[in-house]
Formats: sequence, C-alpha cells, structure tokens
Amino acid sequence: MKKIEAIIKPFKLDDVKEALTAAGVIGMTVSEVRGFGRQKGHTEMYRGGEYTVDFLPKIKVEVVVPDERAGKVVELLTAAAKTGSIGDGKVFLSSLEDVVRIRTGEHGETAI
Amino acid sequence: MMPVSQKLNEGGIMSIVRLVSFVVLLAASAGASLAFAQTPAPAPAAPAAVAPAPPPSKPDPAGTATGGIGDVSAKTAGKPTVEELADFVGHNRVAINFVWVLVAGFLVMFMQAGFALAETGFTRAKNAGHTMMMNFMVYAIGMTGYWICGFALHMGGLGPISTLGGTGVLDHEFVITLFGKEFGLFGLKGFFLAGSTYDVAVFALFLFQMVFMDTAATIPTGAMAERWKFSSFVVFGFFISMFTYPLFANWVWGGGWLSQLGKNFGLGHGHVDFAGSSVVHMVGGVTALAGAMVLGARIGKYNKDGSANPIPGHNIPMAALGCFILAFGWFGFNPGSTLAGADLRIAVVAVNTMLAGAAGALVAMFYMWIVYGKPDPSMLINGMLAGLVAITAPCAFVSSFWAFVIGAVAGVLVCWSVFFVERTLKVDDPVGAISVHGTCGAWGVLSLGLFADGTYGDGFNGVEGTVRGLLYGGGSQFVAQIVGTLTCVVFIFVASYAFFKVYDLAFGMRVSPEVELEGLDVPEMGGHGYPEVQGPGTLVHGLGHGAAKPAAVMTGVMATERGH
Repeated sequence: MKKIEAIIKPFKLDDVKEALTAAGVIGMTVSEVRGFGRQKGHTEMYRGGEYTVDFLPKIKVEVVVPDERAGKVVELLTAAAKTGSIGDGKVFLSSLEDVVRIRTGEHGETAI
Repeated sequence: MMPVSQKLNEGGIMSIVRLVSFVVLLAASAGASLAFAQTPAPAPAAPAAVAPAPPPSKPDPAGTATGGIGDVSAKTAGKPTVEELADFVGHNRVAINFVWVLVAGFLVMFMQAGFALAETGFTRAKNAGHTMMMNFMVYAIGMTGYWICGFALHMGGLGPISTLGGTGVLDHEFVITLFGKEFGLFGLKGFFLAGSTYDVAVFALFLFQMVFMDTAATIPTGAMAERWKFSSFVVFGFFISMFTYPLFANWVWGGGWLSQLGKNFGLGHGHVDFAGSSVVHMVGGVTALAGAMVLGARIGKYNKDGSANPIPGHNIPMAALGCFILAFGWFGFNPGSTLAGADLRIAVVAVNTMLAGAAGALVAMFYMWIVYGKPDPSMLINGMLAGLVAITAPCAFVSSFWAFVIGAVAGVLVCWSVFFVERTLKVDDPVGAISVHGTCGAWGVLSLGLFADGTYGDGFNGVEGTVRGLLYGGGSQFVAQIVGTLTCVVFIFVASYAFFKVYDLAFGMRVSPEVELEGLDVPEMGGHGYPEVQGPGTLVHGLGHGAAKPAAVMTGVMATERGH
C-alpha cells in the first residue's frame, strides 16, 4: 500500500477530488494547512504598508491506495492540481505498513 | 414542532381562509377599541371637551380624508377659536420637533453599533471580544456618567430650549468675568435629571446629547485597542462622560464662552460647530491621541529601526458594515442637530452629509489606487468616515458643492494623517481614529469658517445675520473657528494626557506583554471572541475533560508578531 499526501492550492480541491474519485479512490482526508516552499510566502498591502505572509494557506489531501494503482493516482492528482504557476504544491508518496478498519478489525488492503 | 408548511397542508385552503378572517376580525376589533381609547383624550386646556368628531365611517385608502378640523382640540368640536387653533399649531410644531429629536437620537445611538463593528473589524481576532466589549460598555458607562453630572455640566446653563417649547429650566451657568466679559465655563443644573429638570424638553435633549457624548467616548477605544486594560477603560469611560466632554461641549453648545466669542468679541457667530466636528469628533480624536501616546505601540508594530509594520485587521467586511451603519446614523447626527423637524434646512443638511461621505470614500479610493497601487479597503472605509466627520460642523451652512469639496479634501487628508501619525509621530492607532476624527474634525470646523455661504444661521449664538465664512466675507468667523479648534486641541489633549499619565503611573493602563501576545480576550474578558476558531475545539469542551491546553490560541493570531 502507498500513502499519497498532496499539498495543493485550496481552489484546486474540487478538481483533485473529482479526478481521484473518477479514478476509483473511495476515501480521502483533507485538512487546511499553512506552509511555504521555495518562494517563501508573499506580500500583501494594508493601509499603504506591505507585509509578508510567510505561511500560505494550502490544502493537504491524504489518500491510501494499493501499490499497483499508486502511480496512476499520483499522475491524475498532479494533472488535476496543476495551474503552471508558482505555489502549485507537492505530492509525497510513501509506503504504508498497515491499515485497520476500526469497525471490523480488518487489516491491509481490504481495510482501505 | 410541526413545520408550518405541513400544518397548512393538513387543513387545506379553508383553514387558511378561516385563519385570515380571524386575524382580520381581531385586528379590526383591536383597532376599534384603540380608536375608542384615543378619541376621547381631551386637550389639557379644554377638559370639558364635547363629543369628538366621529371617526370616518368609510375606509380611506388614499389617506386624503383622514385627519381634519375635527382633530383640532376645541371646546366646540369642529369649530376651534383662533386661540385654540394657534395653541394647537404651536403644540404640533413642538411635537414635530420632539419626534425629530428623539428619532434622530435613536439613529445616533445605533452609531455605537457602527463603531463597535468598525473597530473590531480593524483589530485582530484574538482581541475581538475585548474590543467589542469596550464599544459595548461605553454605552452603559457613558450614559451613567452623563446622567450623574455630565449633562448638568454640559447643558445646565443652556437657557431656553427654543425649538422644544422654550423650556427655561436649564438656567444656571457658572461664569467668570474677564476683560469685562462673561466667560461661561460649565452648567450647574440637571444633575441626575432631578428636581426642576424633570421635564419633557430636558429629557428629549438629554437623550440626544447623551448619544453624542457617547460617540466621542467610544472613539478612543479604537486607537487604544489591543493593549488597554479593561479596568482602566472603565474608569476612563466615566472620566470622559463626566468631565472632559461636558466641559468642552458646554463651551460650544451649552452657552459657554466659545459660543459667545461673537457676542463678546465680534468674532462671527462665535465658534460654530453645527453637529460636532470639534465637540464630538475632535474631542474623541484628540483624547485618542493622548491615550495612544501614553499606552505606547502594540508589540510588533515598530521595528528596531523605527519603521512600521502593518497589523491587518481581522475582518474587513465587519469594518465596512460598521462604516455603513455609521453613515446611516449620521442622518440622525447632522440633520437631527437642528433640534427641529420643522426647520426644513434638514434637507440641505442631509444631502450635504451624504455627499461629503461619498466624496471622502471616492477620493480616498483614487488616492490609494494611484499612490499605492490598490484601492485599500481599510482606507476607503476611513475615507468615507473622514468625509462624514468633516461635514459634521459645516453641514448646515454650506452648498452642496462645498460639501463635496470638504468631503473630498477629508478623503486625502485622512490618508496623509494616517501615515503621518504612524510614520512620523510613531503613534500606533490600530483603527485610524486619531486621523479620522481628530484631523478631519479639525478640517471640518475650519472649513465652516471658509465656506459658510450666508444662507442659514440667522441669530445663531445670539449674533444677528447669517453665518458667513472667509470666502463669503466672514473673516472673523474663520478666526472664531481657529480659536475653537486650538482650544479643543489644547484643553482636551492636556486634560486627557494628564488623566492617562496619572492613571498609568498609579495603576497601570497596559496589559502585560504575555497577555498582549496571547490576545486580550481570555486574560481580560474570560473567553474568546471566537471560541470555536481560537480556543480548544467544541468537541473537547463537549467531552467535559477540559483536556487540551488551548494551543490553538497562538495559531489563531492573525498578524505576524515581528520585530521583537
């Protein structure tokens, strides 16, 4: 199993959700997060003064998929989240040891 | 509980019809009994009033037949004598003025809500409860202080209230004599509205003047927000409503010495301030300056090299709504200051007021757009307020053209002033109160001395002739405006600074840095303004363990705390 964590632009969430559900991903976890990458935030104006917003608001999407589908899902996710401008975010792919469905106690891929 | 729609479906159409007819019958019978209760009310002058004119037997949808000679109180119904008619007309005129003064006062009262929203929107979420409650409690505190002695010091020597029936019970002004002229300093009638001031005209005047005082009292809370101890604010609320505001207001509106500059020294009509650019707004703005200076800047506002960091407010929509509510309340503030609904100049006053507000917002928008690249919302909001503040003094005396100009100048002035206060004076004013109310208040008072066009104000402050500014041949009026402005700045600044400084040395006015960084809501008020956003989540509360330390407090901070 693979765990995919994607940091995306907040307004891309719907596109990403649609792309992943169309690809058969049946569940996902989404959280509002803040952070920065190479661009180190951006500046805004208030009453004629500039200030830097260091931590930009982003959305983190977490999905777990069987190994064989991970590549396809990452590909779809990346395409859906892409705008081509800076700040599009990142996708992290990692191996996952186990999953437990709390209600039934099932383990592994059947629990996804 | 059954949803309404379901109820209706069950009974079908017939039940609706029955319901409607029942309501109509009920209303009709209530109306009949009300009419019965009202019609026999005798005029006090003619207790033996004979049978009143019968109420119209037919409905009057056009409204042309309702009201007529039968409504004039007369010994012989329908045949009033000339005296009876004149008495009725006079009573009616004063009644119109009473209703006008009271309704205008209610509008001004609502400006408290505008201030509360504007100031809270312009400050950070972690202080929302504290900022809101200062604006909320100043209404209660100020009113109490004003009732105790503020009103008496302010209006106790006013003399007859001409538009409200000429009641002359406010007749005791404390006066000193200098250069052979009398200088009224404060009134001495009307403490607790007791004794001979238990009078309808005095009460109407009290309501109207109280909400004005409260406007002045709530202005400093914006400049001093986000670091002011609530206890210290409470004491201040009494101080301004009982002493500083009433004294200066007496000098201008209560028959005091500034209003007599014309009579005594030939300076125009004395210091003229129609609705309070100086009395209300400058008093608030200058007090705000003194308070913000004593308190010092918020942590993170200034860097070590002295440059300023913006600390954005947490809710621009809230601030904009507050501004709109203020603009709405201003229709009570300025037109109401005629104290007479029968004075038809109110139309000019109302139009001038709205024009100046529009001009202020418009010019501030273009100024910020051109100079800083974007039409900054916070400055547009302050631009409209600046225009409204500036037109407050001259609103009754200028043409619409000058009203627009006065507002437009205020729109630029407020931008300059905000940057001057922030970058040159290095005084931290979170909402811009010093600039909006102090600077633009001064501009408003002076603009009256320039642009008053002589179409209104005959006999104002006991001086014959209409009010004329410098451009219309009234140079001495401009001098009177300068004297009034300087008096306001010097007296209010010195008195307020002394009060704040002494209080600060004795008890401390400012919260600790820890409290300031965490936000004043919990340490000062006991709870967050937005508990679900900032505090431990509601789920944690629901479990009843009080488990989580409110770690979210620090992440809820909207602005970055830099520079320290």
